[in-house]
Parts: sequence; structure tokens; C-alpha cells
Amino acid sequence: MIRLEGVTRRYRSAAGERTALDAVDLTIGRGEVFGVVGRSGAGKSTLIRAINRLETPDAGRIFVDDQEITALNPAELRAARRRIGMIFQHFNLLNAKTIEDNVAFPLRLEGRPEAEVKARTGELLAQLGLAEHAKKHPSQLSGGQKQRVGIARALACGPSVLLCDEATSALDPETTEDILTLLDGLNRDLGLTIVLITHQMEVVRRVCDRVAVLKDGRIVEQGATADVFLHPQHAVTRAMLAEGEEAFDASIVPAGARMAKLTFRGGSTYEPELSRVARTVGVDYSILSGRISRIRGEPYGQLVVAFTGGDAEAAVAQLTARGVTVEAA
Amino acid sequence: MFDNVDWAEIGRATVDTLLMLGGSLVLTVILGIPLGVLLYLSGKGRLAANPVLNAMLSLIVNVLRSVPFIILLIVMLPVTVLLVGTSLGVAGAIPPLVVGAAPFYARLVETALREVDKGVVEATQAMGGSTFQIVTRALLPEAMPGIIAGATVTAIALVSYTAMAGVVGAGGLGDLAVRFGYQRFQTDVMVVTVVLLLVLVQILQMIGDRLVAKVSHR
Repeated sequence: MIRLEGVTRRYRSAAGERTALDAVDLTIGRGEVFGVVGRSGAGKSTLIRAINRLETPDAGRIFVDDQEITALNPAELRAARRRIGMIFQHFNLLNAKTIEDNVAFPLRLEGRPEAEVKARTGELLAQLGLAEHAKKHPSQLSGGQKQRVGIARALACGPSVLLCDEATSALDPETTEDILTLLDGLNRDLGLTIVLITHQMEVVRRVCDRVAVLKDGRIVEQGATADVFLHPQHAVTRAMLAEGEEAFDASIVPAGARMAKLTFRGGSTYEPELSRVARTVGVDYSILSGRISRIRGEPYGQLVVAFTGGDAEAAVAQLTARGVTVEAA
Repeated sequence: MFDNVDWAEIGRATVDTLLMLGGSLVLTVILGIPLGVLLYLSGKGRLAANPVLNAMLSLIVNVLRSVPFIILLIVMLPVTVLLVGTSLGVAGAIPPLVVGAAPFYARLVETALREVDKGVVEATQAMGGSTFQIVTRALLPEAMPGIIAGATVTAIALVSYTAMAGVVGAGGLGDLAVRFGYQRFQTDVMVVTVVLLLVLVQILQMIGDRLVAKVSHR
């Protein structure tokens, strides 16, 4: 669906040259929700802007829907952009236009007949629950409502891809959840391929099928969200995931304990596996930290435990046999 | 009290001032907006960044803005004759008024365009808008409050420029104030003309403010 091959983008300034994207290869499947995370300055913004060529790469090729975006002339590029919707952190609505006219804007730019513009706009406003705000101006709306307008506008021309540039970063947690539910629904109902960049790990956890971690313009890690989040390989991923989590104090670890990080996934998350194993093996355990949650709807549990007084190795072997992933902690 | 005041003369002068102002303001806006758009678009990091064009336009604008209007009026004489067939009267005053005001207005337009959030330009690009569409459908409408406020400031500056247009025999209220009020010590004529100019400026400002309020949706 979307393919990046060796995409490189450099910025030149008086201070010298900076490489925002360094030979990035990436493939995003049709109907996928794909997240790109990284710290500020990692190149996320350049990456998402390269897909619709708001940023033209210095090297490399980009394909969307088997069309080589990097090879298009200006008129072809404008036509291609209509098939790629985009929403923004600060919404980027036109303040001088009403909500209705904002949603109709891309259709009018394309020169569709006015009757069709009206019909399609009405349909989108109703679909996104904005009908009552049609005649208002963006300044009269809340952040969440403005982002809904942004989404309606992005969908107007019937795109196959939606690019989300930090689309929830300016919203409060409740509104973020609301917008994510909406994006999730669009992905399921319309089969829309969604690429989102964010620094909010929760957003990825909530909606992304796959995720790539970007650092200094390179992809350092990518894979299914659950795999990357539960077993992060790169230091940046670990650090980003650790933020907001409470690290346990090393002084509470019992002397002589065998530490282990246990990961339960799917149905086994809610099974009393640990307690069963402890009883069979005759080992004690203390839970030092843990989290039971969902990644893209799939339940998981991750616990750091300390085994004491018994055969810890046997416990580990039994847990592994029952499908629990055991790692050193 | 107003012994020296020839009201018919005042009436004629008022009409002349309004004609000069109206004619030059319309032409200033017609020339100033495209010039302002070009200054903006050719600027660094903009849609049609072109350092050479930008430097050239900028130089022309700065030269015209730095020439005192009274000098411009005289230097322009041959060009004025070429353009309107005469260097005298209301018609003779309009070309120098436009040449004096359009660069000033173009800068105000450029500033108003710069105030528009870059995100709006980016969003319009992402929707497949051409540069022409971005300018006409996004940038200009978004910058409209600033463009109108700029036109108000320019109109008021033009009122004071018209006072100097008496040099080429254009007449008008300012000319009356200078010739009768100042040179002949007819204080009453001076007072009447100045009050009328003040009323004119007040009206212009009021119209401008109302229009800005009407198009502002921030």
C-alpha cells in the first residue's frame, strides 16, 4: 500500500547539514493502522510529510497504491494528494470559513459540481456528528470538535490513506480517546489505511497494528505493536515505554530472590497461571511491579516477580510450558 | 465668523479630495495586493521562494517608499503625462498618489499574509491545492482582516498625500488649507478644511474597523 525505499531527507542551514531521514525503508500494508514513534527531532514529521511529498526527499522512492509519488509531475501530485487525507496537531482549519465550507474545501479545490459538494458535505457532517455546527466558525468549536472537522475534511475526497500528524497531541485524554475511537472505526468500517506519528505511546498501544520506532532519522525497531511494546529491543523504545511507569525500587528485592519478567498474552492473561505453578512447584513469589492492559484490543499482563524459597527454575520451566514468556528482569 | 470661507470652493475642494482619494485607493489596492502576494510568495521558505525576484521587488518598494511624496510628485511628471495625458488636476495627481501608496500597501499585505498560519498553507497543499488556489482560496481569505486594516491605514495616508497634490494644481481640501489658511493667514478657512479632513479620516477609520470586524472569525 505504502512503500518507502531508501528515503533520505537532509536539511541544509547556516549551522550545517542535518539528516532528518536516513535511507528509510518501510512497508505499510493495506488496511493497516501503522504508528511511527520517536522523540522530537527523530524525523517523524519529515517521514509522514514525505508520503504526500509535502517534503520532497533528496533520495529514495515512495509508492502509495502502487503509484510512485516521487516520480509525479506537479499536476499528477495534486491529483494523488486528493487520495491521501491528512490531519494535523493544530487542525489547520480555515478560520475565515464556516465548518461546512471547511469540509467542502477540498471538493471545491477539485472543482466538483456544487450539488455534489453540498451532498457530500452534508453526509460527512452527519457522519461525524457535526451537523449542528455547520454554520459555525472554527473558533467557536472545542479542540475535539475541530479535529472532527479536520477528519471530515480529510475524508471528503474519499481517500484510501489517512495521515495523522500528532493528531491527538493537542487534546485532553478524554477527547484523545474519542478521536482514537473514531479513527479505529474508520479503519474497520472503510478499510482506511492509517499512518500516524506520535510521541504518545498510549495512542499506539490503543490503535496501531504495527509500529516503527524512529531515532535520528533511522528506524531502529519495528513490528507488531504487542511484540514491540512487550519485548522492546532498542534502548529508545525501552526508555519511551518506561516513561510514566513507576520503576520499582531495587532495595525491595528480597535477598537471594530469582527475578523474572513474565508476559501473559491473550486469554491466558486472566488465568491463574502463576498461582497454579507456585502451588505445584512449591515456590513463593512477590510481585514487584505489573500491568494488566490491552494492546490494540489484545489483553496482556506483564509482571516483574521475585521467586523465593523453592525451585525457581522449575517454576520458570512450568510457566514457559504454559505459554508465559519469561525474561530476565 | 467664517468671513473668508467660500463654501462653494470648499464643496469643490471636498469633491476633488474624494475623487483623488477614491481613484488612487482603488488603484493602490489593485496594484498593492498582487505586489504584496509576490513579495510574500517569493520570500524565503515560501511557496515560490525566489531570492532574486524577492530582492528586486523589495528594492523597488523600498526606493519608492523612501522618496518623499512631494519629490515623487515632481519626478513623476513626465510619466504622469504619458499615463493620463496631463500632469494637472485630479487626474494628474492620481498616478503619483498610486505610485507613492501602492508599495506601502504591498508591505502591509505581505505582513498580513505572513500572519496566516503556515499550517493552513500546508493543509491546502495536502488537499491537492495549486499555488494559485492556495493564494486565492486560502491565504487571501484568511488574511482578509489584515488586508482591510492595511487598506484603511493606506487610505488615511492617502488623505495626507492629497494635501500635497496642490503642487500640481490638483486642488482638494489640503491644498485649500495651505493656500488660503496658511499662505493668506485665513485661519477660518484653515479650521474648516482641517475639520473636514478630520471627519473624513474618522469616517474612513470607522468603515475600516467595521469591515475588519465583519470578516474576523478568530
